[in-house]
Amino acid sequence: MRYSLHVNGHDHTIDVDEDTPLLWVLRDAMNLKGTKYGCGAGLCGACTVHIDGQAVRSCRMPIAAIGTSKVVTIEGIGATPAGARLQQAWMKVDVPQCGYCQPGQIMTAAALLAQNSAPSDDEIVAAMDGNLCRCATYLRIKQAVKLAADGTSASAVNAKGA
Amino acid sequence: MSLQLPPEMKRRLPSRRAFLAVTAGAGGALVVGYYTGVGRARSLKPGELNAYVSIAPDNTVTIAAKNPEIGQGVKTMLPMLVAEELDADWSRVKTEQAPLDQDAYGPQFAGGSMSTPLNWDPLRRVGAAARQMLVTAAAANWNVPERECSTAMSKVRHDPTGRTLDYGALVAAAAKLRAPDLRSVKLKDPKTYTIIGRTKPGVDVPVIVTGEPLFGIDVEVPGMLYAVFQKCPVFGGRVKSANLDEVKKLPGVKDAFVVGAGAQHAFKAEGRTQFTQLMNGVAITADSTWHAEKARAALKVEWDEGPGRSESSAGYARTAAELASKAPDLVFRSDGDAARALQSAAKTVEAAYEYPFLAHATLEPQNCTASVTGDRCELWAPTQAPGEGRQLVAKTLGLRESDVDVHMMRCGGGFGRRLVGDFMVEAAWISKVAGAPVKLTWSREDDIQHDYYRPGGWHYLKGGIDKDGKLIAWRQHFATFGRDGRMSDMAGMPKQMHPAGRVANLEYAASLMPSSVPQGPLRAPVVNALVWVEQSFIDELAHAAGKDPLQFQIDLLGKAEVLPDGERGFDTGRARGVLEKVREVSGWGKAKLPARTGMGVAFSYCHLGYAAEVVQASVAADGKIKIDKVWAAVDVGRQIINPGAAENQCQGGVLDGLSHALNQKITIENGAVVENNFDGFPPLSMMQAPPVEIHFVLTDHDPTGLGEPPLPPAIPALTNAIFAATGKRVRKLPIDTGTLGA
Repeated sequence: MRYSLHVNGHDHTIDVDEDTPLLWVLRDAMNLKGTKYGCGAGLCGACTVHIDGQAVRSCRMPIAAIGTSKVVTIEGIGATPAGARLQQAWMKVDVPQCGYCQPGQIMTAAALLAQNSAPSDDEIVAAMDGNLCRCATYLRIKQAVKLAADGTSASAVNAKGA
Repeated sequence: MSLQLPPEMKRRLPSRRAFLAVTAGAGGALVVGYYTGVGRARSLKPGELNAYVSIAPDNTVTIAAKNPEIGQGVKTMLPMLVAEELDADWSRVKTEQAPLDQDAYGPQFAGGSMSTPLNWDPLRRVGAAARQMLVTAAAANWNVPERECSTAMSKVRHDPTGRTLDYGALVAAAAKLRAPDLRSVKLKDPKTYTIIGRTKPGVDVPVIVTGEPLFGIDVEVPGMLYAVFQKCPVFGGRVKSANLDEVKKLPGVKDAFVVGAGAQHAFKAEGRTQFTQLMNGVAITADSTWHAEKARAALKVEWDEGPGRSESSAGYARTAAELASKAPDLVFRSDGDAARALQSAAKTVEAAYEYPFLAHATLEPQNCTASVTGDRCELWAPTQAPGEGRQLVAKTLGLRESDVDVHMMRCGGGFGRRLVGDFMVEAAWISKVAGAPVKLTWSREDDIQHDYYRPGGWHYLKGGIDKDGKLIAWRQHFATFGRDGRMSDMAGMPKQMHPAGRVANLEYAASLMPSSVPQGPLRAPVVNALVWVEQSFIDELAHAAGKDPLQFQIDLLGKAEVLPDGERGFDTGRARGVLEKVREVSGWGKAKLPARTGMGVAFSYCHLGYAAEVVQASVAADGKIKIDKVWAAVDVGRQIINPGAAENQCQGGVLDGLSHALNQKITIENGAVVENNFDGFPPLSMMQAPPVEIHFVLTDHDPTGLGEPPLPPAIPALTNAIFAATGKRVRKLPIDTGTLGA
């Protein structure tokens, strides 16, 4: 089936089966590798993208269900103010260990900040809890989301005694 | 317990004496190796001073990152060592993943927290040697004595006149010079460091946050097919028949075929031939990942499940209980007379501990892209052990190792899983049969159900204390996996395990049972489980003795000395140091805690590092656990190389330990793994992650690694805290909160 898909501000024509998850459309058919495969079951959040501004697990979203909705991926999120601030904050806080989950983390955080520009700690945890980080960089993820939200919590990340 | 690596890896480690060799290659270029006499000449390109350092005319310095990056930060940290002694301007340093060339780079692997101890000295010398060549070139250019020249920020300066030359302007002349002997180059006074000891963000972070291709799973090769590989759920099972003809007709499918039928590809594990690393199964190649997965959903296989089908976690537990009631199969340490001391003890404590199998569950599932053409093979692999993987591929495909190229791709987590090269062999085999490049991607289900697991274990302990509350007897009977009188490597217990050497009457014994379940190293292998048992039981004895558990630990360590254990021994003084530090920073014993809130402490020595941790946890009336905070004191020597990344790594290690304690188990039923995704095998979530405060204790020893040491103590520190909060002792992992209610 041929589909017209709006991704990161551009229209693309894709020829795939109607049940193809958006994740594999992005990765295999469009060569956008930033959206990651982690579980295929909506359990880890590594594949999170935005569909009309909502954070969605692309591994469970068949292309036939997307229609004319606007898709934004990690490759395009830097064009939004919240996305750009989050990417900067992630670099400043030096969040990643292996880094594999981080595109999904940033996408979930960007959806949160778009709806709530100054989330509390509890609101950050509630929004981000479904995004697993196997390296457990959660403390830094929280710090980076706060930094991107208010720009003031850029506390030093140096360990004590070093 | 100092170093836990698969035996094939241990053989690769150089001795301390023979860690460096230098030869002058063509054109006098510097080439570095780690084995005396093995340093291999390599043709150097313009701008290259040695295998590691290349300088461009615009003064950009490129430094090779020799080891696989799995999230432990070596792609940033190891080049920092070179850059420091090179006096490079870090803001203009690029790091590049080195090719797999262990003659030029020494051992290239990510395991055992060994990147720091193996490279701390050699890589600084590599930087210093390159700097020396640049100084010599500058002095010759100015016709001045070298001693009048200094270096900083990728420039040589002639101090009396203030003239400077960029490294980029000197590199062509420097490359023609004879390379200095690495053993005699002068290293900096650490007080003058400008890069080591300063936080440098990960070099790949800008790529990660913008989603550019970076990981193994992101590799694209022209003409590549997408492959899946279905193995028998029961370990050791084989394909009897499959509906291959039907599958081949499905949309996008190129081929479907049985792999490994009639061929045994044996590898040695646990000192014997155990599993075929190229396991038997059905491969499907297609024009997209989705088509391959859809075809797999339609695949019907009749399996010959083999003898493994009779095994189960419940069965192992029953066998362990039977073994515990009998005399042990082997006694591997016996000091004094434990049986007699237990009889004469003022008080004895008896306990049985058990922990389950665990998977690694790296977030990036196993994958590999392979291109086999004729007698050559090229692999793009997210691997921790590229050299071992290459060996295995060469052996299985009947190629020479020199005809197999491995590109080390960034790994989406390692934790020991990627020390095994099964996914590399599968991809290579499928590519060979397909006659095309192939990207093999494991599903999450494949990944959790076909791991090399941390084995479960069952421990039966009896301890005795005298009338003064001193620990005088310890008897431990470990029911574990093994055969022929030997515990298997990953289900073993070192005879040096604490508190051996600190209890006058001590017996370590084991009884063995067989298992078909593949076993492998999981972050802090062996100790991640053994330390929980050991530190929990010491805590039990401290409470039985009516002593403060932290002081009891310090008293048990006794005087500062180095006990025999691996290469460097176990330094009881350093163990005491981290315990004292964590006592101080956690406010141990000082704060008045609310009801059902408690602090627990534990320490461990592993992979050359010392860590002591205090957990403060509250247990609700319904048994639900809230971890308020964790404090960790960590001693990995005199220098923390990249402090920010070191803190991150330590926090991750602690939280990984809490995943074991709170969330994770692998259950074997009918010879197969029951859990198959993150709902059944959940890593810690953000909601569960407490604040973790890291304190480094600096002692005058060469720096060692941080990937593993912080993990083991987190588990007993938590279960000891639960005891302090509730009076209930957790003796089975993961923690069953249903048993902790008020």
